[in-house]
Amino acid sequence: MRLAEALRVAFDALRANRLRSILTMLGVIIGVAAVVILVAIGSGAKAEVEKQVQGLGSNLILVVPGSLEIGSTPTASRLELSDVEVLGRAVGNPNAVATTVQSSESVRVGDRSVFTTINGTNETVVNVFDRPIARGRYISASDVDTRRRVAVLGSTAARKLFGDVDPIGRQVTIAGVRFRVIGLFTDVGSTFGVDRNAEIHVPVTSAQRLFGVERIDALAVKAPTIESIPDIQRRILAALAEKYPGDKFSAVTQTQILGTIGQILGLLTLVLSAIAAISLLVGGVGVSNIMLVSVRERTKEIGLRKALGARQKDILLQFLIEAVLLTSIGGLIGIALGVGASVLAAAVSPLPAQISWWSPLLAFGVSAGVGIFFGVAPARRAGRLDPVVALRTE
Amino acid sequence: MTRSYDLEGGLVVDALRGASLRIDRGEYVAIVGPSGSGKSTLMHLLGCLDRPTSGQLLIADRDVSTLDDTELAQLRNETIGFVFQSFQLLPRITATANVAMPLVYRGTNRSERNDRARAALEAVGLGHRLDHRPTQLSGGEQQRVAIARALVSEPTLVLADEPTGNLDTASGTEVMHILEQLNAEHSVAVVLVTHDNDVASRARRRIRLRDGVIESDDGAHLSAVNTS
Repeated sequence: MRLAEALRVAFDALRANRLRSILTMLGVIIGVAAVVILVAIGSGAKAEVEKQVQGLGSNLILVVPGSLEIGSTPTASRLELSDVEVLGRAVGNPNAVATTVQSSESVRVGDRSVFTTINGTNETVVNVFDRPIARGRYISASDVDTRRRVAVLGSTAARKLFGDVDPIGRQVTIAGVRFRVIGLFTDVGSTFGVDRNAEIHVPVTSAQRLFGVERIDALAVKAPTIESIPDIQRRILAALAEKYPGDKFSAVTQTQILGTIGQILGLLTLVLSAIAAISLLVGGVGVSNIMLVSVRERTKEIGLRKALGARQKDILLQFLIEAVLLTSIGGLIGIALGVGASVLAAAVSPLPAQISWWSPLLAFGVSAGVGIFFGVAPARRAGRLDPVVALRTE
Repeated sequence: MTRSYDLEGGLVVDALRGASLRIDRGEYVAIVGPSGSGKSTLMHLLGCLDRPTSGQLLIADRDVSTLDDTELAQLRNETIGFVFQSFQLLPRITATANVAMPLVYRGTNRSERNDRARAALEAVGLGHRLDHRPTQLSGGEQQRVAIARALVSEPTLVLADEPTGNLDTASGTEVMHILEQLNAEHSVAVVLVTHDNDVASRARRRIRLRDGVIESDDGAHLSAVNTS
């Protein structure tokens, strides 16, 4: 029997039991759509993180207390402001060391107010991180030394607080304390729905007084070249070990952070995909079940076809094609739904879904494969039916 | 030939206990006998739907027992046409598609299949029913579609199992006419199994089975003479 003819017969059979075919497909549809969506979200999240970490600037080493490995517990920071100088000496360039202490505070201008991240930083931030200033100026060394109450605003913070008014030179009230706006950042992207343009930077010394803390959260060191990174990491850790004997610190590059985050996201995607794959498997079992019912229902037809000259192979192929058609159509619908849902999620929610070219192809391949795998047993049963017995069936 | 079935519990049923017969091209044979006499078993053996337990079956000089399933399917497809008591038409497809089905398994292309199916339907007087589905046809018409399906592959042997069993007298007579005409005009051997004495009496040769053996065969010596 020709393939085209077998396809037509299979189509007719599926059409004849339309509702049953659709319900059977549903299992495959849901499984495939789930795989496509979860892979899209997983790879989207990974791409987003990579973009963000890369956006931090090149040859950057972040210094944080504790260990950055998966499964380690966060450690309370013992870093303090004087460590900026310690590291400056250790790496031989005080201008390459930046610091930050963060807290979320409410910020008010007149009757407008926002709740956002306040970053206490020093003057080296514009050098160490790629954070260009659009207008005005950044925090200076003397701002830090004299605990001046000045602030640099991201574009979202500026728009929410000042609307169309030019904020430079005006006052903002951060946690009840008044600061003067001295500069505006150039726009940057957002991470997982957290808008970095909503950030406000103030001198680290003013921030510490404002938050009532002595600590700093993290240090960042810019290495002059990629080759110098391992050496600088060693020097940083040595300097900190000397000052804080027995404490653990991490000095990591973007590549290492990316690796760690990639590992976490990869694992997460794998687990979610495995769950989705189970639903695909259940869908496949449903297909197998329905094919067995179909073979039983059409025993007489099989007997007749055999009497008229159908070979075992012809009957097997006919039912296998029917099963594969069922899962392939389900797979295509599932892909369409999955891609649609991913695009929608990326557009209206903070989930950074990203469709990769291979995931729909893989999903289609897998669903067709499910059809073959779960269709073979019923199809073989059909092919082996004894025509005499089959014809006698009522 | 003999044919026995192993039933559950080690029971062996001898459905056919030794039947020898020869059917020549163009013969018209009725197989009669009470229920359980082995008629259907003999039919299935002749139709290559089943193999004898012992003995030999030669169809067109080929020993059926030496053929595998695929060769057997091909032999059925090319040499044998079936007509069943309950018509055995697929309800979802048209008369033409039903008739064309044997050609599908021969690999004939679609337009030729349709042409030959139409011609076969016209030959049984159903040229006006080409695109009807079996459910839209009367019993007599359905059996004529089934005969057209048996004809379309130009077989040398047509096996009809109680072809009039589900039909009223008028339709039954019509179907018998067509089978006789087919036998006469195309020199196709027609073997029919029947309970109906009227139907059996129209055949030129009657084989009577009882308890798995041939009780009488009024054409046996004739065909032996013819072929010797």
